[in-house]
Amino acid sequence: MPSSGSESVIKIANVYKQFGDFQALKDVSLDVAPGERVVVCGPSGSGKSTLIRCINGLEQHETGTITVDGVELDHTGTSLKAIKVKVGMVFQQFNLFPHLTVLENLTLGPIRARGMTKPDAGELAMRYLERVRIPEQADKYPAKLSGGQQQRVAIARSLCMEPSIMLFDEPTSALDPEMINEVLEVMTELATSGMTMICVTHETGFARRVADKMVFMDQGEIVEAADPEKFFTAPETQRCRDFLDKILHH
Amino acid sequence: MRRATKYLLLAVALLLPGCSGNWGWYVVNPMTESGLVNLKFLLSGLYYTILLSVTAISISIVVGLVIALPGLARNPYVRSINRVYVELVRAVPILVLILWVYYGMPQLAGLSIGVFWAGVIALALSDSAFEAEIFRAGMQSVSKGQYEAAHSVSLNYADTMRFVILPQAIRRVLPALGNQLVYMLKMSSLVSVIGMQELTRKANELVVTEYRPLEVYTVLVLEYLVLILIVSAGVRWLERHMQADERG
Repeated sequence: MPSSGSESVIKIANVYKQFGDFQALKDVSLDVAPGERVVVCGPSGSGKSTLIRCINGLEQHETGTITVDGVELDHTGTSLKAIKVKVGMVFQQFNLFPHLTVLENLTLGPIRARGMTKPDAGELAMRYLERVRIPEQADKYPAKLSGGQQQRVAIARSLCMEPSIMLFDEPTSALDPEMINEVLEVMTELATSGMTMICVTHETGFARRVADKMVFMDQGEIVEAADPEKFFTAPETQRCRDFLDKILHH
Repeated sequence: MRRATKYLLLAVALLLPGCSGNWGWYVVNPMTESGLVNLKFLLSGLYYTILLSVTAISISIVVGLVIALPGLARNPYVRSINRVYVELVRAVPILVLILWVYYGMPQLAGLSIGVFWAGVIALALSDSAFEAEIFRAGMQSVSKGQYEAAHSVSLNYADTMRFVILPQAIRRVLPALGNQLVYMLKMSSLVSVIGMQELTRKANELVVTEYRPLEVYTVLVLEYLVLILIVSAGVRWLERHMQADERG
């Protein structure tokens, strides 16, 4: 392993992934340093979601290596288990457990996977609910909450596992416009606290505010990776310029 | 609507005696001593009908669940365990299975099981294939996102099933499970052929001694009807009770 690898908390090298005949990822390499905030964008079907889903083992990459916090993801039970606890994930569709209250959604992982006692897990959950500013919803069922509140619960649920890396898969795409900001605020606050984050999102305002690195993907490849200032003002490739034109001037 | 149907059915049952001169309700008239004895004799089958059905369905739910799980696997060999079991068991008529277990098992394994356990095994085995299909469909109806969310909070397979997938699946298949319980109550009548002293057997025996099949079998129909209406009401109550939480 090259010596630079030791500085990265996530190291993705030459990863390929295929769904049937569709090449979802083509020779993707990306390093993420601890505390770094990476925003991934690109047209739909470009492989952004597949990329972050490979990082926590929701998808299996075929060739190449993914190393998270020193553990190589080889799809044996042990490596997957070790990586799952380090990586939190927030989904586009929230995926809260509808049959459990907000509090139970948050404490299930800590109790079952981290071996915490129920009172300890409850205390932890309330702390994170306060952090996402909805402690008063603890005893409600997810269906009673707005989309924005549900997504904040989902973020709190991930944080309760105290991960060292958070992945966001288009966290605001399923939300009504007036609810996007409350979720972005929580994410911004999380970014300022030093969490390592990879966000798939087209929220350019958020990207400019918090990203350390912008990654543009198209047709399964990383076409461009640059700091946000350069990325938004002087993109190098035509594909990236075309894409930015579409999302910035709509 | 349901209530209206219920009253209609009861009215038909009560009006039947007036329809023709061939009815002889004296056989089961509780006002006479012999009628009361006969009625008690008929009702005494209730115990085994209920015990048999409830024991059988409890076992078949557990077996069905165990058989349903490999049905969700990605590996085709593991999945085939589910398919082979379901297709094989589902293809055998219940009556044939009852006869096979009761008369065949002693010959095959050299052990003689009583009428009750032969009935339980046959009914449970037969029903388990249907339960397996119900559970598989229920678990498949839970969205992929739920498995992924469970994965993202590090739950292992057993915990994912126990705390996330099954609770949601069971709520969804509750009406189908209720159906199976009703079906089981009715199919338990077949165990009368090997001499199980349940409702149908009692009725058959009374018909032989009193020779009033019309009245005796009408009482038998009513016995099943009441039993099943109670079960239906119970299942509906459970459905309302369990699903109240999730509604937005």
